[in-house]
Amino acid sequence: MRPFTYERAASAEAAVKAAQAPGARFIAGGTNLLDLMKLDIEAPAHLIDVGRLPMAGIEATEDGGLRIGAMATNTAVASDPGVRARFPMLSEAIVAGGSPQLRNKARVGGNLLQRTRCAYFYDPTKPCNKRQPGSGCGALEGLNRNAAIFGASPSCVATHPSDMAVALAALDARVETLAASGAARSIPVADLHRPPGDTPHLETALDDGELITAVVVPPAPAGGQAYRKVRDRASYAGGLASVAVAGGRMALGMVALKPWRATAAEAALADGADPAEAIARELAGASPLGRNDFKVPLVARLAVATLAEARVAASVGGQG
Amino acid sequence: MRITITVNGEARSLDLDPRTTLLDALREHLKLTGSKKGCDHGQCGACTVLADGVRINACLSLAVMHDGDAVTTIEGLGSPGKLHPMQQAFLTHDAFQCGYCTPGQICSAVAMLAEFEAGAPSPETPRGAAPAFSDAEIRERMSGNICRCSAYPQIVAAIRDAAEGRA
Repeated sequence: MRPFTYERAASAEAAVKAAQAPGARFIAGGTNLLDLMKLDIEAPAHLIDVGRLPMAGIEATEDGGLRIGAMATNTAVASDPGVRARFPMLSEAIVAGGSPQLRNKARVGGNLLQRTRCAYFYDPTKPCNKRQPGSGCGALEGLNRNAAIFGASPSCVATHPSDMAVALAALDARVETLAASGAARSIPVADLHRPPGDTPHLETALDDGELITAVVVPPAPAGGQAYRKVRDRASYAGGLASVAVAGGRMALGMVALKPWRATAAEAALADGADPAEAIARELAGASPLGRNDFKVPLVARLAVATLAEARVAASVGGQG
Repeated sequence: MRITITVNGEARSLDLDPRTTLLDALREHLKLTGSKKGCDHGQCGACTVLADGVRINACLSLAVMHDGDAVTTIEGLGSPGKLHPMQQAFLTHDAFQCGYCTPGQICSAVAMLAEFEAGAPSPETPRGAAPAFSDAEIRERMSGNICRCSAYPQIVAAIRDAAEGRA
């Protein structure tokens, strides 16, 4: 690791002020950032530890939604009785990711901001526009088995690895943030991650030093919820694809550089299309690259199965 | 940076480069070499310790992030004359071959049972239900600890017996 200085933030306001220093980064759980620092892919000059800020609460909102402090651990959110009762798919998506040790450390804010697991991003001997702008994309014509099929560009075909983010996108969640100026704002999870375009190193809609303070989930939509993930091992492995369903809403995971809201499939479902026809409508816009061609039929079958599971859950009662 | 961590019940003051991981602080500075460095990237679980009772990968945490915390390592769970029931269960079931992953397995298993008691769900837990103890639950919840000798059947048996008080 490169040398850095470290401070523990006394408040969110102090943290965003401190983040104006050159090369400053927030750290909370640190499970992704420290991994990348050991590989010299991340080299912050200054770490601001926000992990102890009193922003770990998980509360029901007046309208029946949920407000999750950004410092809540993944384990705390997945275990919360209110989350399990009203947003079971969110709990199930969270425990589908990482290992228990990682989920005990990882926080909600950092989970959303974790970086791609693309092998070319992780290998400093290979070109990667995200890691080193202008160096090219090794995955475009390389080992792209786990690359994106939606929203990619010639500059970057990486995917976002989060399970939780896929569930939050299907639940229409928003992130609340605090900027150095003291200004707070709210951004839909579905708009948090930028499309790669020509600038895949610019990953989110957040400004420099802007801190995620909470995730707000609106009341659960009518209908069932389900989350399904396909991966190479039975447990503790990144996904090849995932599908989150909440009522008539659907998001796809590990197929784009963001949790991918399947708006074409949702519109088709709303028009009365059957599940297979609806997901086919979405997948008509897919652009596989060769080694990841399998993701198209995989997502087609996975979406049909997940919709069926959500409908069974709805018939059993409530969201459960 | 000067920090204080309570390690196995004893307050330890350390002057560390901020880059020092919790694992390196334990092994290199406090000479507690029970916690092992396997992958050093949070993938193998050999470094698992308890921070304020919660299992974490000590390799993926900076020591300075734990200033003020209480950390328990394998050395703090039991001693040769007074083994923790989980340590005894691993011996009884011969739940290791080379032993390198064992301290992490045991720390992880002890905390896993506490998570189970607290009702934390896993992918094996049915929706809306409290987790029910089973081999499938043990395997899923221990998936962050890799054993390259593949002593998994004995590890599951040892954890089951320790949980049921039969160690």
